[in-house]
Amino acid sequence: MTMRRVAIVGAGMTKFVRRAQETAPELTWEASKMALDSCELKLEQIEAVVMGSAPDAFDGAHMKGEYLSSGAGAFHKPYMRGYVGGGTGVFAPAQGWYHVASGLFDTCLVVCEEKMSSCQPHPQGAFLTIFDHTTERPLGPNLLWIFALEMNRYMSVHGLNKRDIALVSVKNKRNAADHPCSLLGDPNITVDDILNSEILAWPVQRLDVSPVTDGAVAVVLAAEHVARRITDKPVWIEGVGWALDTAYWTNRDLYYPRYVEAAARMAYKMAGITEPRKQINIAEPYDPFDYKELHHLEGLLLFDRGKAPEATALGITQRNGDLPVCPSGGLLGVGNPIAAAGLMKIAELFWQLRGEAGKRQVPGQPKRGVAQAWGDLMQVGTVVVMGV
Amino acid sequence: MTAKITAFPGTGLHSQDFAEKRILTTHWVPKAEYAWDAGVAIGRYLAELKNGKLVGVRCHHCQRTVIPPRLFCEECFQPMDEFVELPDTGTINTFSVCFVKWDMTRITEPLIPAVIEIDGTNHAGILHLLGEVGPDPIKTLKVGMRVQAVWKPAEEREGAITDIRYFKPV
Repeated sequence: MTMRRVAIVGAGMTKFVRRAQETAPELTWEASKMALDSCELKLEQIEAVVMGSAPDAFDGAHMKGEYLSSGAGAFHKPYMRGYVGGGTGVFAPAQGWYHVASGLFDTCLVVCEEKMSSCQPHPQGAFLTIFDHTTERPLGPNLLWIFALEMNRYMSVHGLNKRDIALVSVKNKRNAADHPCSLLGDPNITVDDILNSEILAWPVQRLDVSPVTDGAVAVVLAAEHVARRITDKPVWIEGVGWALDTAYWTNRDLYYPRYVEAAARMAYKMAGITEPRKQINIAEPYDPFDYKELHHLEGLLLFDRGKAPEATALGITQRNGDLPVCPSGGLLGVGNPIAAAGLMKIAELFWQLRGEAGKRQVPGQPKRGVAQAWGDLMQVGTVVVMGV
Repeated sequence: MTAKITAFPGTGLHSQDFAEKRILTTHWVPKAEYAWDAGVAIGRYLAELKNGKLVGVRCHHCQRTVIPPRLFCEECFQPMDEFVELPDTGTINTFSVCFVKWDMTRITEPLIPAVIEIDGTNHAGILHLLGEVGPDPIKTLKVGMRVQAVWKPAEEREGAITDIRYFKPV
């Protein structure tokens, strides 16, 4: 494939908060402006803009891409808004990548934003329409059901217990204590805190779940010849992948995310990765629930099926372990503004691979990272491989 | 970058900001009503539910029988029109014991959603509820348990997934 090389050259993000005073376009602008300032670019130097934001129903605004466009600097520019549920945050940089790799544009601003708090009384209400209107909604479902059903299937097939899984929540919330934007960072949280938290939809308990959050993240992409003028530490997007599984989710075995594997294989192939366990130095899989980090690590082919919990218990996925996972603190610790969360992971890899992650820095000069996000009815896998 | 930057934008609000009326907000309740057509395949599914039966559909090309029925096979893209009457028994593929509603208010009597693989299909499951599970379902329910549908009486059935009240362990 003769695509041009594309680098991330700048990044910015807002604090992730439960309810922001700022409007959605204001949050979008804060992150976009910060990303531009971080690489000393002006808006007129941006040739295209890609926006990622999850359901319009959160904001009650028709055509959310247009609603946010002012804050994304999109006027008079080619602009595209994509939405694949929670997968959006890693899908948007893949879209930005092909804007530049194709040769159509030399620079592209990618911004993801979510303001969930406007949706009352609880943004879960916006997710009720995820269920089939005829065969499922009459049963009175809510979003927690699908996670609880998937978590129980994963646990039952592999004979796992809640303690093994709760270790992920502890790791990520502790890691997040070092992230300046985090909502739920806690350096002292323990496994017993997780296991004693309220049962919501067994096996899901309150501290197994990431919070409702408002926030925005932005990154700047540039073609190689432009990237090298902007920074001496460009971080290359080496591979992208995305895949969708069937909406007939009750006809699939939920214990394994084959759609994550399909997206990962596409991204690894493009990046020339043949042995991910040796060639990937940091992983930022999507962790809206603690078991999902494990589920996704297996789909990313970084651990054998059913073996990610054991690796976690052995400390392999700590920041100073053999394969640091979610050094950012993930969704469980930093927060989960649906579309922005995935891009937060991309920004984290950007800072980590440049040695700029401060107290969260993974030691040993990591060279390659993989970010992954997930969405819809347990359907979408989006994967990006980055390297220096 | 986070090593170099100390101030991040974004202002978190707290319940006190609202209690002390420092924040201005606007409220709106949308009006949206829908009348969804069941479609060819689900139309048949619902009609058979009214008759007290579960039906699936078979793809000859892929050699698989699935439920809920569909007009075409999403794997080989060919039409599926061989409807198959299925037993109303199955196996629990997964379940949850849920103590919250969608707005996170608590309920004391839990709802027990499950994916039930229906007998006679290729491990095809449907979403439904479990009932008559005893006082401690978290301890007593297990993936792999056999279950049987409990139907509403004929005169109460209306051609809906709720014509089955729930599935009970047998």
